[in-house]
Amino acid sequence: MKPAPFDYYAPATLEEALETLAALGYGGKILAGGQSLVPAMNFRMAQPEALVDLNNLTELDYIKPAQDGGVLIGAMTRDSTLEHARLIAERAPMFCAALPHVGYPQIRNRGTVGGSVAHADPAGQIPLVVSALNARFRVHSKKGERWISADDFFITLFTTALEPEEILVEIAVPPLPAGGGWSYQQVSRQHGAAVIVGIGVVVALDKQGRCSEARLVYLGVGEKPELALEASKSLVGQKPVADVFEKAAAVALEKDLDPGSDIHSSTEYRRHLVSVLTRQALSEAFDRAKQKRG
Amino acid sequence: MSKTVTIKVKVNGSEYERTVEPRLLLSDFIRHDLGLTGTHVGCEHGVCGACTILLDGKAVRSCLLFAVQANGHEIATVESLGSPEKMHPLQAAFQEKHALQCGFCTPGFLMTLLPFLDENANPSEDKIREALSGNLCRCTGYQNMVDAVKLAAEKMVAER
Repeated sequence: MKPAPFDYYAPATLEEALETLAALGYGGKILAGGQSLVPAMNFRMAQPEALVDLNNLTELDYIKPAQDGGVLIGAMTRDSTLEHARLIAERAPMFCAALPHVGYPQIRNRGTVGGSVAHADPAGQIPLVVSALNARFRVHSKKGERWISADDFFITLFTTALEPEEILVEIAVPPLPAGGGWSYQQVSRQHGAAVIVGIGVVVALDKQGRCSEARLVYLGVGEKPELALEASKSLVGQKPVADVFEKAAAVALEKDLDPGSDIHSSTEYRRHLVSVLTRQALSEAFDRAKQKRG
Repeated sequence: MSKTVTIKVKVNGSEYERTVEPRLLLSDFIRHDLGLTGTHVGCEHGVCGACTILLDGKAVRSCLLFAVQANGHEIATVESLGSPEKMHPLQAAFQEKHALQCGFCTPGFLMTLLPFLDENANPSEDKIREALSGNLCRCTGYQNMVDAVKLAAEKMVAER
């Protein structure tokens, strides 16, 4: 239960971190909060040659209002900071609903938002939330910066579009659409345990009270946050009523999702949860949208 | 062996300077290099909470940090609480309410609860249970701990 030896770098600036990563190539691994990486190293499932510790980069620890009404989150912001930030409660409240389920208080005191996104755990709530909110990720390397959308970022389990010399520096969360509502739902066997199925939903109502847009993203049913495109489309133009929610859940199961079985749950139970959580989440999200419309 | 690093850490108010291998876990550094064996090591992968310490005032798992990462930071361990003669109100409440049996998990619980009670002077039972959720105890069944936290909250408010 002790990690294998590694070389340790603790750069003081982002620039220095990028230089170090570029020099190390595939041998370098970024250390953010370490709440997933260090257990993997203790078990020797991960044996990186070198760690590049970003914890001195206070320049990446911020939550700022974005001009479009959304919010910009520095990659090294701790989960617990995000959980209790007023700006997040106002502009991206889905985080506040999901974060209490991320590990435990001590884990959230150390774990970072950027670390969770870049780690891309298929059972991670933060990857689900940033996908449901359709966030964009700002990524730096020695060559410059690029932006990646959530849909392009997550490739498969523990695999993202990040190159070895790149660092995720910022998560840009757009504002909720006008007349928008949201919901986050999840089921796990106990508080803080692995999610069996989770869902993040963003919807909007037009002036006639019909659904003008919908984005349904699921956790625990695939190898990454799974966008249910057909189910999302099936909602547009519809009145937000129970029959419509039930149909969306059926479409999601028929066309979008193919949940597997593992030690946590059978396929059958996951399909059942998708159906229940879809209906619950849509009901809550449209209620919130209606309240906003008044 | 990888290159060693010299670090300076303030632990329970005292400055320490030590040379360590990067792979040395902070939990092992505290126990073996500093001889502060009050911090216990259970699972070594962030599940049991026995190794919880305060890093710059925040409760964290010391088995999920490397000692090198504590360079320039402040640590508090269970040794920073009371002495057998003069216990911290939280320790006294644990004793009074029988919130421990074998005691292995207790240091982690105490260090988790210290900042929690600072931030929540009068916590609800739900809040207390949530605060306890990241630590495992195999003896007590937690009920007496919930009672102890309520009592500790009262004691600490009375002392202010």
